[in-house]
Amino acid sequence: MGWTGTILRVNLSSGSVAKEPLDGHLARSYIGGRGLATKILYDEIDPTLDPLGPANKLILATGPLTGTNAPTGGRYMVVTKSPLTGAIACSNSGGYVGAEMKYAGYDLVIVEGKAPHPVYLWINNDRVEIRDAVQVWGTSTHKTEDALRAATNAEAKICSIGPAGETLSLTAAVMNDKHRAAGRSGVGAVMGSKNLKAIVFRGTRSVKVAHPHAFMRACLQAVAKLQAEPGSGEGLPMYGTPGIVSVINAHGFMPTNNFQFGQFAGADRISGETIRDEILIRNKGCFACTIACARVTKVKAGKFRGSGEGPEYETVWGLGAMTGVSDLAAVTRAGYLCNELGMDTIEAGVAIATAMELFEAGYIPERDIGRPLRFGDADALVEMTEKLGRGEGFGAILALGGARLAERYDHSELFMGVKRQAFAAYDGRGAQGMALGYATSNRGACHLRGYTISAEVFGVPRKVDPFATEGKAALAKASQDATAFVDSTGTCLFTTFALGPADLHAMLELATDSGYTVDEVIKIGERIWNLERLFNLRAGLSAKDDTLPRRILEEPIPAGPAKGKVARLGEMLPEYYTLRGWTPEGVPTPEKLRALSLAPNS
Amino acid sequence: MAKVLSIIPERCTACRACELACSIKHYGEFNTSRSRIKVSIFLEEAVYIPTACTQCTEAWCAKICPTTAILRNDDYMAYYVVDDKCVGCKMCVLACPFGAIELYADHGKAEKCDLCLSIDGDPECVKFCTPKALLFTDEDAGPKAKQAATALRLKEALQEAAS
Repeated sequence: MGWTGTILRVNLSSGSVAKEPLDGHLARSYIGGRGLATKILYDEIDPTLDPLGPANKLILATGPLTGTNAPTGGRYMVVTKSPLTGAIACSNSGGYVGAEMKYAGYDLVIVEGKAPHPVYLWINNDRVEIRDAVQVWGTSTHKTEDALRAATNAEAKICSIGPAGETLSLTAAVMNDKHRAAGRSGVGAVMGSKNLKAIVFRGTRSVKVAHPHAFMRACLQAVAKLQAEPGSGEGLPMYGTPGIVSVINAHGFMPTNNFQFGQFAGADRISGETIRDEILIRNKGCFACTIACARVTKVKAGKFRGSGEGPEYETVWGLGAMTGVSDLAAVTRAGYLCNELGMDTIEAGVAIATAMELFEAGYIPERDIGRPLRFGDADALVEMTEKLGRGEGFGAILALGGARLAERYDHSELFMGVKRQAFAAYDGRGAQGMALGYATSNRGACHLRGYTISAEVFGVPRKVDPFATEGKAALAKASQDATAFVDSTGTCLFTTFALGPADLHAMLELATDSGYTVDEVIKIGERIWNLERLFNLRAGLSAKDDTLPRRILEEPIPAGPAKGKVARLGEMLPEYYTLRGWTPEGVPTPEKLRALSLAPNS
Repeated sequence: MAKVLSIIPERCTACRACELACSIKHYGEFNTSRSRIKVSIFLEEAVYIPTACTQCTEAWCAKICPTTAILRNDDYMAYYVVDDKCVGCKMCVLACPFGAIELYADHGKAEKCDLCLSIDGDPECVKFCTPKALLFTDEDAGPKAKQAATALRLKEALQEAAS
């Protein structure tokens, strides 16, 4: 119950399609989504392999609550070895694809090998076909979806890659429902490396839960809590994720001009309020989502006119504050381009911002770019975003991501990220818990692997001083473990503004009847975190990768409320390792692994 | 006064929670393709339209049914299908001008929205519609609200013209 009990395995090299029963013990131990897919990837691939080679696997994974009425119960995960970081990649998305995959009858879809020519998968309940995709190769994700729906079923739900994924850009996302992204870590490039343009789902089966009536009551209670909480009940529906632009900017740690400043003078122009006033058409919910934070927008006039969804908070930052561009139309247009060409708006924005700083410092000659590339140049932003997505000219270098771009011009210190993945829209110098979270995140810099900002800024579950380091190791660990649990259920992290692990546990237990306790599901979160760590250690990463750029560690924020602050990672990291039960070298001890049932002989 | 399922498409956020609530209410399983309410999502145009049986006063589905399997509950003014009488002839499917009644292949019976006759208060879809695009209201409340909104717009236009 909750799970469909079936895994679909497709090998694109041999063209074989197989259905396998889901191992019940494994499902119970890892729940689903992020956890279950990580376990399978860990067991099945050599972590040292080339992420863009045919031996890497691409796993799409739903959770037991995907496809149910649990609020936000529509998420799916894309898990693979990342070509951007070399670490484990796990990107998640909403929209309708996750639910449709469940209705087709599958908890997970594992894609192996590499097709000899571009193909797409047509998964129609039991029937699975590998079909020729030559006619849509080279087209945008939007056109791909339209064409493949016409070729299969009008009700089909589709995830696909755009030109960015096809050209193996390390910024490439897997896009679904046109505007939703499994964005980070270059998962779209792995799909592209397999010559897999899209996966088309149509499902008419049922998802069953163990106790339907009690489950529905628990869902209604959760909905009521989500509606009563200011963030999920009011802020997100009203202003979407960009609603926090003004809050983070006011705290003085909105990264601006590649983290040279902590406040953006143009913040008002890209805020959730301005988006609502100027371009919002309506808000939209993903499958089963009662929050509806998505922005359907339209830029009605001017050279950047167009329509689509977004921009999200991370987008108005990455393509806005980070590049110094305050022209909302340009930022929105660049965001649309990322969706259509299939890119992570964070990685793309940071790559462009990195190039801007390198150019202004004189480290990139203008002839390489073909034009000047300065902070605040809206035309350059849109032009570079498009070139990046298509891999044209200087765009081919931007497509490597900010880390490799900075390395190429011998100034790797100017890349703002961890493990070669770009930071998100919070400067760790102003929020010490976030600094620790970035440094220790298993998928490289990321705000979704332990969102300490909840406590440090929004006071959820309780307010803590963002500048203090005391207690941050425990906060980061607790947040990381809880997040790994949430990510495994098939629901969205935004529920955590209102719902605690106990609420989610209640729905999970009523759906699956697994006999979970609340403590146990948190422990499963910790197990997942440690397993990801083991994957990374075997892949060649180590404690030396749990660090931050020199700028964040040594250059104080120059002005604003966080003036003078640097990230005091050294004060938190040893304590974090101790709390995790890891050695000072950041390696899980045998005792810890046994306690988590992760040791080979446990 | 009888209540009706009132649909306000402008408020819909396309989350499809109504479809889920409907399917689990009637079948004990989550299955959007067995929901009696359907959200049509026009992604490009950003238009999302929930549709369900309108409970016609002169219900052609009921009139045409050769086995009188479609009856009306007078308390709720809702038509429902009596499973034991339905022979799966599909005449109702042909007759309905809205496609609001369907035949499900796995059990061969017609299925339609019955406003969740078996429960008290709001139908299940209404309970789960957080944006309040679905309301269970008095029969004339919907048109009255629209009249009031139209009058308000007209008033504002007249005031603007006069100023």
